[in-house]
Amino acid sequence: MQGYLSLWDQYGEKMLSAFWGNLQLTFWAALASLVLGTILALMRISPVPSFRAFGTAYVNIFRNTPLTIIMAFGVLVLFGVFQVQFNSDFDLNFFQIAILGLSIYHAAFVCEAIRSGVNTVPLGQAEAARAIGLSFLPAAWLVILPQAFRGAIAPLGNVLIALIKNTTVAVAGSVTEISGVMKEMLEIRSDVGILIFFTIAVLFVIVVIPVGVLTTYLSKKLAVAR
Amino acid sequence: MRKSRISAVAAMAAAAALALTGCGGSGDEAGAGDTVKIGIKFDQPGLGFKDGDKFTGFDVDVAKYVANELGFAEDKIEWVSAPSANRETLLETNQVDMILATYSITDSRKERVAFAGPYFVAGQDLLVRTDDSSITGPDTLKGKKLCSVTGSTSAKKVSDTYPGVALVEQGGYADCLGLLETGGIDAVTTDDIILAGLAATEANKGKFKVVGNTFTEELYGVGLNKENTTCEDVNTAITKMIDSGEWEKSLKANTEGTGYTPNAKLNPPTPAPCA
Repeated sequence: MQGYLSLWDQYGEKMLSAFWGNLQLTFWAALASLVLGTILALMRISPVPSFRAFGTAYVNIFRNTPLTIIMAFGVLVLFGVFQVQFNSDFDLNFFQIAILGLSIYHAAFVCEAIRSGVNTVPLGQAEAARAIGLSFLPAAWLVILPQAFRGAIAPLGNVLIALIKNTTVAVAGSVTEISGVMKEMLEIRSDVGILIFFTIAVLFVIVVIPVGVLTTYLSKKLAVAR
Repeated sequence: MRKSRISAVAAMAAAAALALTGCGGSGDEAGAGDTVKIGIKFDQPGLGFKDGDKFTGFDVDVAKYVANELGFAEDKIEWVSAPSANRETLLETNQVDMILATYSITDSRKERVAFAGPYFVAGQDLLVRTDDSSITGPDTLKGKKLCSVTGSTSAKKVSDTYPGVALVEQGGYADCLGLLETGGIDAVTTDDIILAGLAATEANKGKFKVVGNTFTEELYGVGLNKENTTCEDVNTAITKMIDSGEWEKSLKANTEGTGYTPNAKLNPPTPAPCA
C-alpha cells in the first residue's frame, strides 16, 4: 500500500496529464471521423456509382487495416521518409499525425454506423422527399440523415467507446499518452507491478461507462417512433 | 436420456481433467531436475537474439558459461523469452531460474527479485549515422532529434535531464534505426552495448557508429528469485569468466566492426556480494 501511494506521488501528475492527452485525441479524432464518416456514408448511399464504389473501397480498406499499422505508417513513412510536418512544434506534429490516423481509421466505422441508421429510415421517406422536388443532397440533409442519426446513436456510441480505448495505440506514433506512461511505470516501478495495470484500467472505465450510459439513454430518448 | 447424456459428458470432462493434470505434474518434476531455464531477450542483436533455433549474443554467452559452472551443459539449458515488463514476474513465479536480459540492478527491482553480478557495466550512449560528426555527447544534442523506446529508462533520462531535445518514442529500437537511416531523426539513445549490438548486425554494418561518451551507469546483473541458493555460485562463475578471458572474447565478438569499446574504468566489474 505504501508503495502504491508513492507511485501516485511519483507519477500521479504525469498519469493524469497523459490521460488528458488520450481524451484530447478522442475529442479531435471523434470530431474529424464524424465529419469524414458522414461524407463517406453520403457517398455510399448516393446515386453516383463511382462515389458508391469509392465509399465501399475506403471502408473495406481502412476497416480491415490494423490501427497500429496506420499509426506506424504515420511516423515511419509520413514523418520518417517524406518528412511531413503538420506543425513546427515537434511533439504537436506527432499528436496531429496520430489524430489523422485515428480519424482515417474510425471514419470507416462511423460510416457503417450511419449507414445502419439510414437503413432504419423507411424507403417511403426518401420517395416522399423526391416527390416534393428535393434532389439527393437536400433530401439526405433534410430528411434522411436527421432520422438516420437518431437511429445510429447506439452504434455511434460503440464507435466512440472503441475510439477512446484505441487512443492508446497512439503510443506507436510517439504521442505522450497513458499506455506509454504505463510502460515507463512498469520499467521504473516494477515493485508495484499489477496495480499499475489496474490503475490505468480504472481510469478508462471511469470515462467509458458514462459514455455507454449516455448513448443508451439518448438512443432510447431520441429514437424515431414509427 | 437427456440426463444420462449430460452426466456422461461431465464424467468425460472430469477424466480428461485428471489425465491432463497428471501428465503436467510428472512433466514438471522431470524438467526441474536436469535442466535450467534461463530468461534472455530474443530480439536484442549482440546481447540476446534468437536466430532460427540458435541463440547468440553477449548475455547468452555469459548465461552459457554460468550454467556450465553450475553443472548444466549447453544442451540442458532451456531458453525463455524475458521481455522487460515480465522479468520480475517470471522470476517470482519460478518460470525461469535466472535472467540475463540487459537487466539493470535497481532498488525498486530489488524489492521483488535478487541479483547476482554485475557482469557488465553499460552506460547510456548515442548512436549516430557514420558520417555525422556534429554529435559527440549529450551536450551537443541541442536542436537534434532523438529516438528511444517508449517507457524505457533511457527515454526518461533524456526527457528529464535534457529538456530541450526533441524525443521520438517508438516501440522498438529497430523502428528507431529505420528513422535514423532515413534521416527523420539524428540519434538513437540507450545503453551503449545495446546500440553496439544493433549496429553490428549484418543489415546495419557500417551505417551507424556509437559515439562512446556514456552519461549513465547501468549495472547488468543476473536476476534471481529472492529465495535463491545460487547467488554466490553465479558470482563465482562470473569472476571466473572474466579472469579466464572468455568474457572479453565474447564481448569483442558480439560488437565487432562498430568501433565500440566498453567503458574501461568500470569494466570488467567485480560482482557485488550477495545480500
